[in-house]
Amino acid sequence: MASDIDWSGDVFREMRARDIATVCTVPDGGLTKLLKLVGAERGMRLVTLTTEEEGIGIATGCWLGGGRAMIAMQSSGVGNCINALGLPAAYRAPCLMLVTMRGQWGEFNPWQVPMGQATRPALEAIGVKCLPVDRAEEVGETFAAAADLAFNARVSAAVLVSQRIVGAKGFGQK
Amino acid sequence: MSAKPNKIARRAFVAELLGQRGTALIVTGLGSPTWDCFAAGDSPEYLYSWGGMGLAVPTALGVALAQPDRRVVAITGDGEMMMGLGSLAVVGDQAPANLAVLVLDNEAFGETGRQRGLTAGRTDIAAVAKGFGIAKTMTVTEQGKVGELAELLFQAPGPVLAVVKIAISEDPWALPEKDGATIAQRFRGALGVEKS
Repeated sequence: MASDIDWSGDVFREMRARDIATVCTVPDGGLTKLLKLVGAERGMRLVTLTTEEEGIGIATGCWLGGGRAMIAMQSSGVGNCINALGLPAAYRAPCLMLVTMRGQWGEFNPWQVPMGQATRPALEAIGVKCLPVDRAEEVGETFAAAADLAFNARVSAAVLVSQRIVGAKGFGQK
Repeated sequence: MSAKPNKIARRAFVAELLGQRGTALIVTGLGSPTWDCFAAGDSPEYLYSWGGMGLAVPTALGVALAQPDRRVVAITGDGEMMMGLGSLAVVGDQAPANLAVLVLDNEAFGETGRQRGLTAGRTDIAAVAKGFGIAKTMTVTEQGKVGELAELLFQAPGPVLAVVKIAISEDPWALPEKDGATIAQRFRGALGVEKS
């Protein structure tokens, strides 16, 4: 069951505290609240992508231009990003990702399982520091730690928000 | 599908074009467009790339969003653009007035042995851009159009996209700095954002 703790609000607060003003996304159900907050915030920009790897380029370009961006996506989108993650690595640019997990905790849809299970190993293979979190009350501080790691140490970092927090999609089943 | 082979010589064309860039920031796509821009005269306002195929336009879009008062021009090849074609929809949606895209289109994968590219067939990148809401586009087939193209890329309200039909050619190697961290720091230094 999805938690009642407002982890999206916690992430949003940590974003504002760090001037992260651009969020690139292919949406996920678990990101609905955060994306709404960003879309409604003056001075923040939501960038809807066709595929998640574009977000890696946009976030890298944004930092090269003196700004701060992040990419918010479902775990299946991580697979689309792997070669693109070589770009911030080569430039020694920060890259911050917020990933809501599928195929992991009570998944109904078998098509989500292969990439969900491969998400962390794939990210680590291309050098991304992974910060998994499976308690709603710890998402905000984990996001803050990942953001500081990315922007201060200039590395790629991903917060992996467990499906235990987000809740498995029901597909109308009981 | 082209009736005649492309005539434009890429190096001379890019050099003449960049001579008119003013203060525009240039983001180059991997391979020959990077070599072309470097061969035309190095600048810290050029952001070179040696990889990340498909990401020239997203990278330029990120720079354009962070630097709304600077003109930003992505200069890339047809193969690189085709791999990141969806990013033109993102450009159309964000509609940054300071962003231009130039595709140097030789209808082939020049870096890997000149294998036939999709734009040698029925694909028209400028038409795709229009379909994504990038209203102002231009297709150039003659060297004499450089002035008009410069006006579009460096002055006209963006986003805009141009395709230049260039000849397949063998040009002398002209390789810029390849260490990404050095390229990035130089570029950020030119923008005065190296501390952010």
